[in-house]
Amino acid sequence: MPGNVIELKNLVKTYCVGETEVRALRGVSYNIADGDFLAIMGPSGSGKSSLMNILGCLDRPTSGEYFLDGEEVSTFDKTKLARIRNQKIGFVFQSYNLLSRTTALENTELPLLYSRTNVKDMAERALASLAAVGLKDRAHHKTNQLSGGEQQRVAIARALLNNPTLILADEPTGNLDSTTSSEVMNIFKSLNESKGMTIVMVTHEPDIAAWARTRIYLKDGLIVREERS
Amino acid sequence: MIKRTLRHGAQTLRVALRALNRNKMRSFLTALGIIIGVGAVIAMVSIGEGAKRGIESRFASMGTNLLFVSPGSQNQRGVHGGWGSMTTLKEDDALAIGRECPAVLYISPSVSARAQTVYGNKNWNTSISGTGERYPEVRNWEVEFGAYFDEAMVRSAAKVCVLGADVKTNLFEDEDPIGKVVRIKKIPFKVLGVLKKRGDSGGFGSRDDMITIPYTTAMRRLQGIDYIQSVDVRAVSSETLTEAVVQIQDLLRNRHRIAPGAEDDFTVRNMSEIAETAAQATQMMTVLLGSIASISLLVGGIGIMNIMLVSVTERIREIGLRMAVGAREIDILLQFLTEAIVLSLMGGLIGIGFGLGASRLIKKVKMFSAFNTVVSLESVLLAFFFAAAIGIFFGFYPARKASRLDPIEALRYE
Repeated sequence: MPGNVIELKNLVKTYCVGETEVRALRGVSYNIADGDFLAIMGPSGSGKSSLMNILGCLDRPTSGEYFLDGEEVSTFDKTKLARIRNQKIGFVFQSYNLLSRTTALENTELPLLYSRTNVKDMAERALASLAAVGLKDRAHHKTNQLSGGEQQRVAIARALLNNPTLILADEPTGNLDSTTSSEVMNIFKSLNESKGMTIVMVTHEPDIAAWARTRIYLKDGLIVREERS
Repeated sequence: MIKRTLRHGAQTLRVALRALNRNKMRSFLTALGIIIGVGAVIAMVSIGEGAKRGIESRFASMGTNLLFVSPGSQNQRGVHGGWGSMTTLKEDDALAIGRECPAVLYISPSVSARAQTVYGNKNWNTSISGTGERYPEVRNWEVEFGAYFDEAMVRSAAKVCVLGADVKTNLFEDEDPIGKVVRIKKIPFKVLGVLKKRGDSGGFGSRDDMITIPYTTAMRRLQGIDYIQSVDVRAVSSETLTEAVVQIQDLLRNRHRIAPGAEDDFTVRNMSEIAETAAQATQMMTVLLGSIASISLLVGGIGIMNIMLVSVTERIREIGLRMAVGAREIDILLQFLTEAIVLSLMGGLIGIGFGLGASRLIKKVKMFSAFNTVVSLESVLLAFFFAAAIGIFFGFYPARKASRLDPIEALRYE
């Protein structure tokens, strides 16, 4: 019986835009099981970005509790959150966010720069990570010499580097054509199936969301529907 | 713990170098402000330092246990003349100082003027110093060829002279001047010897452009006066210097019958006091030149801040990404601060080379030949650490701005 990697209890997030208060999340409670592949869907303004930012420990909820791997991270300060992001979360963004004029290997190594542990075999680990996404032979190519799909695979290798508890992908195929999209989704799928990696993905494309095991739909800051396949 | 800090420091440095390397041209232009600033500080201070050394060596060569006695300023109905405008100091006063003050070793009365000097078909306008026979000992100045005039020649106001090295060159070139006759104000003088060359000193003209003759000759035959302009006094040692001053003051007050409480009609000045005043003046010049040059260093620092701010804005997404993969505020702060410090230190190092070159050039180029330049280690270290401090100071604001970015905003920034 797998436990829950993530437990969300009555998450509320409000923003102040000038005088008016915007309620992006109005009390989200949800558990994500270890080894799940979850797609978060919903129209713009539904609160999926806010939820994503809180799940990624980039932001803190206004109220409610967020347990990640048994730790209540909703009470952590900025420095502790940075450590959690480094150790437990791997990010994949829509626009890859790789450093320009820098090799794939150096991009992959980036999280290790901020791991305050003794890492002697930095390059070796980065190479292993690149091998997992099938880019070992491209390790010394610079960012601008790689195609969009390859760049996104480097980003996935970077996310995998610290062997995180959770991979968070924000519209990972938004900038890719359909062929490369399915390449990237295949990588996610195999990571989830063969390595038991927990993946949470935000997307608005139903055919991309179809790759996931579980889909939740957000509307006006609340989860309105859950689908399992 | 220390090992980990070092490793972390090395990594931060590597990240900073990589970032600077990505924008070589811009990094160089930014550092250029510091290069010019540090170079200017070093070159300017070297000019001031050169002048200071020149004056110091000039005074040191005269020795420190030297005193000057000069008549006080004339005071007629409230109008003061300059030093030496009084005619109250007589030959007998000078001789009495030598005879009656135990703390005094030698004296040399002094009467000087400028005059045209002729030898054969050459002539030269130079300073004619009337001195006593002990002048070489008093002024610590040796005779190189021939001999100095003796007491008998002084007593008889003999028409003899000793040439400064420059005058010898100008009038005689390679000819041996000893025994030859030069005419000073049309009066023939026999050349007895040549003084040793002393060289230039910090832009004050040559000290070798002069002729010495017995002061008695200067008084009676050249100028027709019955007073002397000043007395050079050498004390027995530097310890008895203040004693010598008191003895001279007592003696002269007594001889001039000055009532107790009345003002002296003469002044005794200490060589080391004069040296100190001169050193203060050149020190002031060094500080002035240095501070003008520091302004350019400051401007260079503002250049660094400017570029770092641009760099932060350009790299907002990079900063957001670094934060997303676990960089803390302090990591981002240190990274940008390191970039600024590396820029200013590299600029500082190149600037040192630039400054050394410039100060050497100033010394070499004929147009500036009045300036001697001396680069001191202090000025180099000062400029370098000032550059580093400027890097930290002007790098801090952009670095802090970067570290305070919200990762969500930064990641979304277009």
